[in-house]
Amino acid sequence: MSEKVLMKGNEAIAEAAIMAGCRHYFGYPITPQTEIAAYMSKRMPKVGGVFLQAESEIAAINMVIGVSATGKRVMTSSSSPGISLKSEGLSYLAGCDLPALVVNIQRGGPGLGGIQPAQSDYWQAVRAAGHGDFRRIVLAPASVQEMVELTFKGFDLADKYRMTTLILADGTMGQMMEPVSLDMGEVTATEKSWALTGTKEARKPNIVNSLYLQPENLEKMNRERYERYQKVEENEVMFEQYLMDDAEICLVAFGVTARVSKNAVDIARQNGVKAGMIRPVTLWPFPKAALRKAAEKVKAFVSVELSMGQMIEDVELAIRCQKPVLLCSRAGGMITTPDDVLAKINEANEIGG
Amino acid sequence: METKRITLFAGHYGSGKTNIAVNYALYLKGRTDSVKIADLDIVNPYFRTKDSGDALSRVGITVVSSAYANTNLDIPSLPQEAYATVHDKSASWVIDVGGDDRGAMALGRYAPEILAENDFEMLMVVNRFRPLTSNWQSALEVMREIETASGMKFTGVVNNSNLGRETTAGDVLSSLEYGERIAREAGLALKMVSVREDLLPSLSDKIPNMFPLKLHVYQAWK
Repeated sequence: MSEKVLMKGNEAIAEAAIMAGCRHYFGYPITPQTEIAAYMSKRMPKVGGVFLQAESEIAAINMVIGVSATGKRVMTSSSSPGISLKSEGLSYLAGCDLPALVVNIQRGGPGLGGIQPAQSDYWQAVRAAGHGDFRRIVLAPASVQEMVELTFKGFDLADKYRMTTLILADGTMGQMMEPVSLDMGEVTATEKSWALTGTKEARKPNIVNSLYLQPENLEKMNRERYERYQKVEENEVMFEQYLMDDAEICLVAFGVTARVSKNAVDIARQNGVKAGMIRPVTLWPFPKAALRKAAEKVKAFVSVELSMGQMIEDVELAIRCQKPVLLCSRAGGMITTPDDVLAKINEANEIGG
Repeated sequence: METKRITLFAGHYGSGKTNIAVNYALYLKGRTDSVKIADLDIVNPYFRTKDSGDALSRVGITVVSSAYANTNLDIPSLPQEAYATVHDKSASWVIDVGGDDRGAMALGRYAPEILAENDFEMLMVVNRFRPLTSNWQSALEVMREIETASGMKFTGVVNNSNLGRETTAGDVLSSLEYGERIAREAGLALKMVSVREDLLPSLSDKIPNMFPLKLHVYQAWK
């Protein structure tokens, strides 16, 4: 294995993208993700790639559409308000079945909100950004190492299913520094017979388009697309379980709050409360089966989030409201402490009696 | 270790300037009466000198920092008290300069007075484990960029090669040549080699100019 290096989460995403063969980056600066663009501006010229600071987030996402249509790996990144601006483009990417990697290093909202960390774009990521019937793969790293791995994998998944992969992390994950190994092995080359590469008069022209003149054709396309989404739900769910074998209280958390929650689980167990954690790595597809299975055994769930409570609804849906689900949250830029989580574990332990 | 009235720490972002600056201020406090530390970082919104504010003020070290550091406002402002670094000659000042040339640009407005007084050290903090300064050539490149942006020349080098909490004694030893080479190529002294406190016993006889380091940032997500 190659020697480890010390990287910021944002830099790690950028370097992993380059390693995954991405040579086209389009973006617009916004705290707390700006290091992705800054890193790309230094590195892309050295690897024969393109870094372009677009005139706006909307321009950047449309450049992504253009490059993706030619079959090249491409990405953009932003933070919360910037992702709102990209929403239209995200829908067009889905309508054209184009793969792309999009990164959201979340800050507080709504509106300008603030620059400190948040996880309040959960709904936006798994449901809201962009109109129409579509899904995107949402990956939630909880360490700088995982930012490398999930960026690398994110490109593969995007190509495999012709979908957008969204990396959803919070400002702390983007800004924190940790040692990482960049040893990721070979890039998976996906055949892209649909790409606009010029026919050379040897084949029929490919068309990349999201407009269907006949309503029947639009419905057929939507149904075909959902069959593909079904495969993603069957094959690509990723999650981590921590001390769930005998757990009576199940924490559900992703990203930085999962790390805090892990500490809280350890402290709770020292105090004699059997807590455990399920950490979704894919927020879509959501680890529904794992949660449903946990619901058969545990007394209650605690959803730990840096938001007013968004993922909690997916937890309740996944377990069909069979057990109480409590919320442990901060929603202004502060991070939940192990003590905050511990208090909720104790509360859940009492009401779950 | 010889000290000056003003000590500036600059370097590539993420090289560990803030942590070195905080530790150096605490080191000075044991040797001179009045120690103050100024955060001139106008780039980085997270993980600021202010995070160590309690540890510093407890021992009587004044922290001068942007009113907006650690707030929700992303504005590149300098604290008005920062001019005291050049005017308040009764105190020893440690200055934490922002990362890279972009961060060092803010130093330019104080440079003429610092140079005129000529009682300062400007130290380049380097870390071999940062990918964009992983060899002496790239570190030197960043050094020149910072000098151009700030209008000041470095006077020494601090080898702060580390992998955060995972740093081993072996990592420190394998980085010695890197720090020495940068200093040699730049024609400067290698002022110190930072070593996390718990690694000191295993390295004490192997590194002459070792500077013991405490990690000050609290992380609930460790």
